Amino acid sequence: MFKIGKSTSQIARLTKNSRVDQKRKISFTFDGTSYSGYAGDTLASALLANGVHLVGRSFKYHRPRGILSAGSEEPNALIRLGKGAYAEPNLRATQIEIFDGLYAESQNRVPSLSLDIGAINSVLARFFPAGFYYKTFMWPASMWMKYEHVIRHAAGLGKAADDHNDPDRYEKTHTHCDVLVAGGGAAGLMAALQAARSGARVIIADEQNEFGGWLLGEANISIDGTPALDWIAKIIDEMAAMPNVTMLPRTTVFGYMDSNYLTLNERVTDHLPERPAHLPRQRLWKVRAKQTVLAQGAHERPLVFAGNDLPGVMLAGAVRTYINRYAALPGQRAIVMTNNDDAYRTGMALHDAGARVTIVDLRAEPKGALIRAATNAGIEILAGHAVITAHGNHRVARVEIAPIDDTATAIAGDFIHRDCDVIAMSGGLSPAVHLHSQARGKLQWDDKKLCFKPSTTHEASFNAGAGNGTFDLASAIKEGIRCGARAASAAGFKNTMADSPSVAMPKQSWTPLAAWNIPNGHAEGAGPKAFVDFQNDVTANDVRLAAREGYQSVEHLKRYTTTGMGTDQGKTSNINALAILADALGNEIPEVGTTTLRMPYTPSNLGAIAGRDIGHLFDPVRLTRMDDWHRSHGATFEHVGQWMRAWYYPQEGETMAEAVNREVLAARTTAGLLDASTLGKIDIRGPDAAEFLDRVYTNGWSKLAVGRCRYGLMLKDDGMVMDDGVTTRLGKNHFHMTTTTGGAAGVLDWLEEWLQTEWPDLQVYLTSVTEQWAVATLSGPNANKILQDAGIDIDLSPTSFPFMSMQNCHIGGLPARVFRISFTGELSYEINVAARHGLALWTHLMKSGAAHGITPYGTEAMHVLRAEKGFIIVGQETDGSVTPHDLGMDWIISKAKPDFIGKRALARTTMAYDDRKQLVGLKTKDPQQVIPEGAHAVRDPNQPLPMDMLGQVTSSYHSPNLGYSIAMALLKGGHNMHGQTVFFPLLDGRVIEAEVVDTVFFDPKGERING
Amino acid sequence: MMLIDCPFCGPRDETEFSCGGEAHIARPLAENKISEAEFADYLFMRDNPKGLFLERWRHSAGCRRWFNMARDTVSHEIVEIYPMGALPKTAAAKSAYSASWRRDTAAEHAAKPARTTVKNAGKARGAK
Repeated sequence: MFKIGKSTSQIARLTKNSRVDQKRKISFTFDGTSYSGYAGDTLASALLANGVHLVGRSFKYHRPRGILSAGSEEPNALIRLGKGAYAEPNLRATQIEIFDGLYAESQNRVPSLSLDIGAINSVLARFFPAGFYYKTFMWPASMWMKYEHVIRHAAGLGKAADDHNDPDRYEKTHTHCDVLVAGGGAAGLMAALQAARSGARVIIADEQNEFGGWLLGEANISIDGTPALDWIAKIIDEMAAMPNVTMLPRTTVFGYMDSNYLTLNERVTDHLPERPAHLPRQRLWKVRAKQTVLAQGAHERPLVFAGNDLPGVMLAGAVRTYINRYAALPGQRAIVMTNNDDAYRTGMALHDAGARVTIVDLRAEPKGALIRAATNAGIEILAGHAVITAHGNHRVARVEIAPIDDTATAIAGDFIHRDCDVIAMSGGLSPAVHLHSQARGKLQWDDKKLCFKPSTTHEASFNAGAGNGTFDLASAIKEGIRCGARAASAAGFKNTMADSPSVAMPKQSWTPLAAWNIPNGHAEGAGPKAFVDFQNDVTANDVRLAAREGYQSVEHLKRYTTTGMGTDQGKTSNINALAILADALGNEIPEVGTTTLRMPYTPSNLGAIAGRDIGHLFDPVRLTRMDDWHRSHGATFEHVGQWMRAWYYPQEGETMAEAVNREVLAARTTAGLLDASTLGKIDIRGPDAAEFLDRVYTNGWSKLAVGRCRYGLMLKDDGMVMDDGVTTRLGKNHFHMTTTTGGAAGVLDWLEEWLQTEWPDLQVYLTSVTEQWAVATLSGPNANKILQDAGIDIDLSPTSFPFMSMQNCHIGGLPARVFRISFTGELSYEINVAARHGLALWTHLMKSGAAHGITPYGTEAMHVLRAEKGFIIVGQETDGSVTPHDLGMDWIISKAKPDFIGKRALARTTMAYDDRKQLVGLKTKDPQQVIPEGAHAVRDPNQPLPMDMLGQVTSSYHSPNLGYSIAMALLKGGHNMHGQTVFFPLLDGRVIEAEVVDTVFFDPKGERING
Repeated sequence: MMLIDCPFCGPRDETEFSCGGEAHIARPLAENKISEAEFADYLFMRDNPKGLFLERWRHSAGCRRWFNMARDTVSHEIVEIYPMGALPKTAAAKSAYSASWRRDTAAEHAAKPARTTVKNAGKARGAK
């Protein structure tokens, strides 16, 4: 028998050997009060040692809630830990290791735990049945936004950190192993040891700070003649010395994906008062394992009786753990309520620690060594009885007990009253089949042990121990050894099975009595609340109500009542809910089935999942070779795919509009220079290159002369435009293709796909050369003068260097490939040089052009210039549903070619419908009004809502060269609407009026192309 | 995340690959006249079976080569990986190939050149 210690602060601390170090005192703060605990305590055990049971308020009714469990399945004791940017909500007190200065707050209470105004919900509970939100806040729909705000505030688990910039660092490790063992209890450790001895690379992970599983919370068990924890220590020592073993405590295997790919969250420094700078806070492990052994253990189930959610009502195994592992006595006057043998060991532990114990056994005639031991110890045993109702305010204070019939469905006698300050309840064990189930393994119902166990799996995986329904320790150890051996063999490592150790502990049965819903003497639907899901405040009556209302599938039940949701995902509630649903439906449990268990096993920190891939490391940034110049000349930038492109170059005091207007005017009056390096460039070679282009472009390529360029339109096989660009024939079997900046990678993939999968007979080789060439586009009437001043060594006259041709030459000594093509309608050269010469070319041109008014222009001016000419941008004028005909580009469709991608689709009936959306130009009635891009066109702005939409604006700018606003739009039947007026009613109430015109606004005859 | 054995690079994570959808869809040649409904079989209709499925995959973040893969859509078991242009060899994948409703469609027949004179006429996608 142990004694409560002398310390006044830790009033419920036992003086006994345990896993806490009573020489190392630790102080911490919970809800503003300072407490002390010991090294090795969790926040939950330290609070219990201080006599604190009330740690939270429930989600819906704001009922006082205490610590239920001693592990990651905890539904109630959710804590906000830390301050400021370091604060983290919804952590389980049962898993938080305390350290000096730890700062913790309870959640979901206003203003404090003991006085919570939300608890009024509990009084009004009959107005909050299952599906309350669905039933109440349905109408009017417009009010939902208002309801939602209040509900979100009233509901709510913890608050996220106030500062959203997480100051901590997280890392990732990618690794492989032969055998991954999830769970470091007796079975898992033996599996790992067995595999490790064969030479296999083994990783063993356990969510607790120590290996040993539930044995850490046991006493009086010996293995191979030594105390169980000494035996565990020997195994740990042996494995720690093996180079092929990685042991990961404080590490949760939380995800099991295809082909044995598992994700682990290691809490590296969460338990330390100071986080060392060289260590990440948490580490995400991504492990590809040849074989896995799942030894996750089991969760104890609560019993569903009235008042079972009061602080002080705990799981029996947890009570035992707090006594043995943490030397914390949860109560001095204990009721143990059970449907099985195992809780008798809790009764003994309580008794040995000095508590007065009454065991209330639902079974009429419990038998066996544990029952005899309890009887011999003088513990009161009420067999065939149940706790009908627990009473108390902020902690359980007394219970009503009554005899029940042998199916535990009806009260069969008079009430007995007992005072108590703790109830240890046990409804049997549920194997933690989560990882097995995540990997889409099947489950089977064990009718004797009353639990779902793993059955078949698609993965290379074995289940061992309590997680496999093997609750008996000796058998679990044996199973661990066998699974370790089989996993090692399957991974290619010969091994001989180790002998099973001898286990000395009282025999016990593992066949609980099916008692899912303790009778309360009231009619169905009435009587005090008996909770099934503590975290979501779902009662047995809620489950039965849902069944009556027709939510008879377990998936529907879950969503309607929210049972099994939240941070605990129903680890303690799912089976009870299922069993009560089955009962309500008059069905068997396996026929009702289970919901699918999904990752993560326990909540996982998003910081760990993001790791270092945040901020500037989130996505690569691509810079052109001229980037330095743009930056030093004040350019603003826009993201185009991963590229940073110069957007415009504002001069001192200029607005964006002023800068863009200046740049646009310069390109048509003097000269503009654009960094076009980001254009996609594909080098195409091979004897069938021309034939290949004939098939992927709509127009003809075989007859294109060497040195000549051609504009091409690429379609998908459904006839819709997917990309465009200019391609140049460099030689008989050699082409240089350009694509849109954003489409470069996609086009290369597209071309490769056709070559590899459809036309493997074609000899064509594709190479991306986007990064190999730097491109400066010189455009404007002074272009020739500038190139001459820059020292170009070829004749630029239109006869020797005509539009749509290419020449190799030198500019200022730099070897260059110059294309005379134009995206502005002006005399224009796209000058390609080796990437390493890009900056030199740019600065040289700027210097040479200074006397000729050269002006750098960015992507915004480029857009205006091309829009003035009615040139489309794929992805702006097109959206995957636009054909060449819709764009008014029939001229580019070859009639002569037998086939090209999209040809057959263009002949489909729907392609010829004249109400397709077609590209038109728009001129606003008020020349200064620019229609917002995306604005919808209507014929009559005064028609009733919803209006008949004609289409939408795709591009819209103020044109400084024309002095008025221009736009392009896709309008239904637009090709036949020239001269008609359309209206654009805007969100702000304005209506813009515009005339449908041709898409070419500037220089419609193309007279400026030669300067 | 599946482990996919690229025929050119060896086993790699699924994230390095992209799935190109159903395999063995023959592309009808524009020279062959088929109805719009028959053409739709090629252009729009895709199977989505529960069980074994023959798919095209590409090692997009690796060698960028395409290959065929017979994969169970329930268990994600990879039954067979075989080259583009070839037919599967395992009994299960072979029967999935021959059981496909496509094998006797006008779209599939239209993948063969009407006249042998057409230069480099296309071959059926993924089929010999």
